[in-house]
Amino acid sequence: MKAEVEILYPGLFSTIQDFGRRGFQKYGVPLGGVMDRIALKTANLILQNQADAAVMEITQMGPKLKFSAATKIAISGAHLSPKLNDTEIDNNEVVKIHEGDILSFGRPEYGMRSYLAILDGFKTEKVLGSRSWYEDITSHEKLEKGMKLQYEASEEEKYETHAAIKFDEEYLNSEEIEVFPGPEFEKLPETLKSHLRQSKFSIDKNNNRMAIQLSEILENELEPIITGPVLPGTIQLTPGGKLIVLMRDCQTTGGYPRVLQLSEKGINMMAQKKAGDKIRFKSPPTPKGGEALS
Amino acid sequence: MNDFPKITPMGERGILIEFEPEISEKLLGKLLFYKDKLEEFYDEVNVEVINTYNSLLISYMFSIENVYNEISAIKELFGEAKIGKTNNQQIFHLPVCYEEEFGWDLEYISKEKKLSKEEIVELHTKPFYTVFFTGFLPGFLYLGGLDEKLQISRKDQPRMKIEKGAVGIGENQTGIYPKSSPGGWQILGNCPVQFFDKNNDPPCEISAGDKVKFYSVSKEEFEEISEQISEGTFQLKKENYEG
Repeated sequence: MKAEVEILYPGLFSTIQDFGRRGFQKYGVPLGGVMDRIALKTANLILQNQADAAVMEITQMGPKLKFSAATKIAISGAHLSPKLNDTEIDNNEVVKIHEGDILSFGRPEYGMRSYLAILDGFKTEKVLGSRSWYEDITSHEKLEKGMKLQYEASEEEKYETHAAIKFDEEYLNSEEIEVFPGPEFEKLPETLKSHLRQSKFSIDKNNNRMAIQLSEILENELEPIITGPVLPGTIQLTPGGKLIVLMRDCQTTGGYPRVLQLSEKGINMMAQKKAGDKIRFKSPPTPKGGEALS
Repeated sequence: MNDFPKITPMGERGILIEFEPEISEKLLGKLLFYKDKLEEFYDEVNVEVINTYNSLLISYMFSIENVYNEISAIKELFGEAKIGKTNNQQIFHLPVCYEEEFGWDLEYISKEKKLSKEEIVELHTKPFYTVFFTGFLPGFLYLGGLDEKLQISRKDQPRMKIEKGAVGIGENQTGIYPKSSPGGWQILGNCPVQFFDKNNDPPCEISAGDKVKFYSVSKEEFEEISEQISEGTFQLKKENYEG
């Protein structure tokens, strides 16, 4: 049976996301997809959904949602004090929804982005192989008041609730972000290399799904490069000396030197950082993506 | 000894293959040839290969199990390959209206470069531009071949909004904004053609290795073409290119 989530209040910035678009980078289309894949996988696992079922990505100030029919949900990632009707609910557990229930969010406790999974995923439009919202590709860019999002209602008891799965939330708060050297790392002077290895950096207020700037200014003498490929997790050094961490909605090519490249876990961790948070770069324990940052 | 191509991991889901740091058609031909080889070699479901001026990026859907095995396999593949001709290339003829309404910076370019507006249009419509790759925005073509006489620096203050279809120049590059966006290029006209349509397969008809040539149209013709495009009756003029 078709059912809908009605957006009573949109909150700050929420979108529908899955793993993103594959096969369209060559046309300049960003990969997109959830900023934090760990949280997407966790929320879908709890509901025994397909790993890539579409979820709602909620940034800091959550929306207020009304469900038209029974289903189940699970929330993972950042803790934004979710409430079902008037009762506080926890992250990382199955929550039963009845017709007319209202889900809202309160004070952000920790993390930047929270993920709302629903049984069998949101059934919004699929464009170029993905339901991930992106300007001009999908009809919507972010939640708006009055919008209605489709899902499949489900009364039946599909399974028993997981009792024993433990979710490691350490990644939400850790300051240590895993990186590999980027294509232009070796061109950096030694002083800058060791600065990148040892210093703490802070998340700038200038951050979104495309990129996260770091506040510190570095001395940069590197020339721009011939425009080349970039990926989510590529860290560029601008002529002005700023580090820019490219995220899921980043462009497919860029002309700034690519000094570092985040590990997959590192991207997920960055997705949970807020303006003012501090980070430090470190090499992953097993450098399977290449040499260590030594 | 030649150190290129340089093959290195780019994070856990990418392998970057870098060639000589230059921008040339010869290198583009080589890149596209290797790109075809890689696409044949890989299961396209799990891997996407993109090219830029002097790099190929193999972008994997999942983390690479053993990156060094992967790199050896690519080296072997490249070692065996004898560079031949790449796929059929096409020339696309693109209408551009250079009239005042669209040519916001024609006046400025004319003063800076000491060229009349007619000369600017002539210099801009003359070359067969080479499409090196698509990037920056969905459907944005990186074109090579701009006449040196038209090379001009970007605006000091980028504009907050450049119209969809705007044709501009920034340093030695010329191109078309496929959608409205902030930008710093000097704008000399507008091209009504749709460069990216998510409902088409592929969504972008023009691809790396193709050529484009601009032709000047009047405001009336521009409007006529725009109407045909919105009705879906416009036929882009194209022909095979024998390089």
